[in-house]
Amino acid sequence: MKKIVVIIAFISLTLVIILGILSQREYEPTTLMKLKEKYSKKHSSSVDHSQFAILQKDFSAPQQVTIACISCHNLRHKEVMESNHWNWEKEDYIQGRGIVYLGKKNAINNFCIGTQGNEKSCAKCHIGFGMDSKGKIFTDSTNIDCLVCHDNTETYVKAQEKGGAPVSTLDFNKIAQGVGKPKRTNCGVCHFYGGGGNNVKHGDLEMSMFEPTKETDIHMGTDGMNLQCVDCHTTEKHNISGKLYSLASTGNNRNTCEQCHTNTPHDDDMLNKHTIKVACESCHIPVYAKVKATKMSWDWSTAGKLKNGEPYIEEDSMGNHAYMSIKGSFVWKKNVKPDYIWFNGTASHYLEGDKISDTTIPLVLNQLNGSYSDGESKIIPVKIHESKQPYDPINRILIQPKLFAENKGEGAFWKDFNWQKAAEIGMKDANLPFSGKISFIKTKMYWPVNHMVSSKELTVKCKECHTRKDSRLSGLNDFYMPGRDYSIPVEKSGLWLIVLSIIGVLTHGSVRIFNSIKKKRGNK
Amino acid sequence: MSKSIYKVYRAFERFWHWMQALLIFFLAFSGFEIHGAYSFFGFKDAVKYHSIAAYMFLILIIFAIFWHFATGEWKQYIPTFENIKAQLNYYIFGIFKNSPHPTKKTVLSKLNPLQKITYFGLKIMVIPVIVSSGLFYMFYRYPTSHGIQAMNIKSLELIAVVHTLSAFLLVAFIIVHLYLITTGETVTSNLKAMLTGYEELDNLTEEANSAARTLDLSTTIEENR
Repeated sequence: MKKIVVIIAFISLTLVIILGILSQREYEPTTLMKLKEKYSKKHSSSVDHSQFAILQKDFSAPQQVTIACISCHNLRHKEVMESNHWNWEKEDYIQGRGIVYLGKKNAINNFCIGTQGNEKSCAKCHIGFGMDSKGKIFTDSTNIDCLVCHDNTETYVKAQEKGGAPVSTLDFNKIAQGVGKPKRTNCGVCHFYGGGGNNVKHGDLEMSMFEPTKETDIHMGTDGMNLQCVDCHTTEKHNISGKLYSLASTGNNRNTCEQCHTNTPHDDDMLNKHTIKVACESCHIPVYAKVKATKMSWDWSTAGKLKNGEPYIEEDSMGNHAYMSIKGSFVWKKNVKPDYIWFNGTASHYLEGDKISDTTIPLVLNQLNGSYSDGESKIIPVKIHESKQPYDPINRILIQPKLFAENKGEGAFWKDFNWQKAAEIGMKDANLPFSGKISFIKTKMYWPVNHMVSSKELTVKCKECHTRKDSRLSGLNDFYMPGRDYSIPVEKSGLWLIVLSIIGVLTHGSVRIFNSIKKKRGNK
Repeated sequence: MSKSIYKVYRAFERFWHWMQALLIFFLAFSGFEIHGAYSFFGFKDAVKYHSIAAYMFLILIIFAIFWHFATGEWKQYIPTFENIKAQLNYYIFGIFKNSPHPTKKTVLSKLNPLQKITYFGLKIMVIPVIVSSGLFYMFYRYPTSHGIQAMNIKSLELIAVVHTLSAFLLVAFIIVHLYLITTGETVTSNLKAMLTGYEELDNLTEEANSAARTLDLSTTIEENR
């Protein structure tokens, strides 16, 4: 009987050990295999646009191409004209504020500040032609720029400061006959250069992503799955899924990793448990701006310095603009570890004309909401962009300066370098009050980092967060994390208990030894 | 009084004791690494090994509980205040003067009153607390991930702090326990007994002897040495 119990106990214990060892075995999850199979099938177009007679005729203006497109795709323009890409604003909801119309039209960022009054320049990234401050183009379907998204010849280029029109040297026939599903080049030409240069805004979207390696982005790597933007940003009736919280405030139409990978993608149960509170990106994007540096801060207050009456540019060691007379001073960084915040999918925004309640602390232009305790938030990685930008200290509102004009003397800062004038005209264009006083205020923007996903070998290691010193999550203190946190009273009393126990047994032991030695000697 | 060698610790009891010792050492070592006190296995492996050892510990405990009730050995651990002062006096003064042990160790009563209280406390307080907080530690996310809002555990903090506190208590116990092993009849007699099962003890009275025999406890191998 006794022996049987011992044997059974021993067998069960060895069984547990064996199970534990076997469970470490690595194998590829089937979802991943299915995905690889699905996305290795290359898309082939169902029509050959070069065969259509209507695309053979001479085009003298880009609008004529649009008319030709609409003649067959005769309802698509309506979809486009309902999209955010076209309208530069959409109905959104901000908690505590209600329904707002939010978009490039009325949001203020801490890069080039805002579009109002500067439309002609900003429209290089509008999917339309003929943009001006009157906004009439938004109602005219012939102004839709189909080609900027659908050109597959990679020759279509928009002109600088021409209200969205393309350069004049294009071969429209070749381009129109070569249209297709948008590729990385189509999206990237705007989204990689937002803010006036490569990788100024996002940090995880920049020109290396046109033809990235797997090392830069495991999904889009041309030496790997070679995914296009629209493979994940799936599109229904020109409504593209996914959006960024620099301009969005509600959690609908979000793009997530889970939509392909499910929320239990790991073999390791412990890792799957993390997905309740940790977004995939937090571990799988250890650094962003992997190839080219990204702009981390922008100080408008130093803008306007001139050398011999002329604006100038200074570069940093990596060859990025460190100072520009028209824009101020910048700090660029490469291979940046993200900051981490709790995020529940909703945000609130500073909109043009909003009063600043506290001018002594940095003003957050897009507050991402969330906390450990709300039960919905996950930890996401963000790029925090800091800026110092002009505001009106009397009215306590951010200033929307007039930056761009074609000629000197129109009051645009980029031509005349006069803050006073630029603010006056800019605020008038935006229908906002201006007291005549200009100060500079620190502002912050949170840019969720979602791209430049690394291979699983390069993911953030457990220890990088679960550690007492320099944890990646050292900024998030509203929850208990093993390895990082401890209760100071328990820690202190526990250590004292151990120290006192050791001292106790050592003293007791040495007195015993001392006594026995004394006794032995006495016996002798 | 005459002495004989008795079988004090039976095979399962010794297996349980040493397995438990091994597991507690390993759990403490990997546990305090998870706690952030030092680095050895690496966080990920420390967690993995700690969990495996925890399951082994659980199984061992289930067998031990069964054994204790099946053999009636649980009665050894009922605390008593009888003789407790004498036992304290012995450890504080008597031991230094080579005074005799105030509590006679017999196969029917292996533990002195201080041991009884300590082990009783371990068995009904420290071990249950460390085991249940450990189970909560492993499964506290379960309600959340399965949408059981009513059972949602909001924070790990209380669970983790209780688990850590009981770990400190266990470590302190082990330190003192390791030392007190040396306070038997000779410095090594307790250790030898737990290794071999046999120990030289004072002879039982006739009455106790027959009681022990019915319980299959006293296998005297050498009498009146």
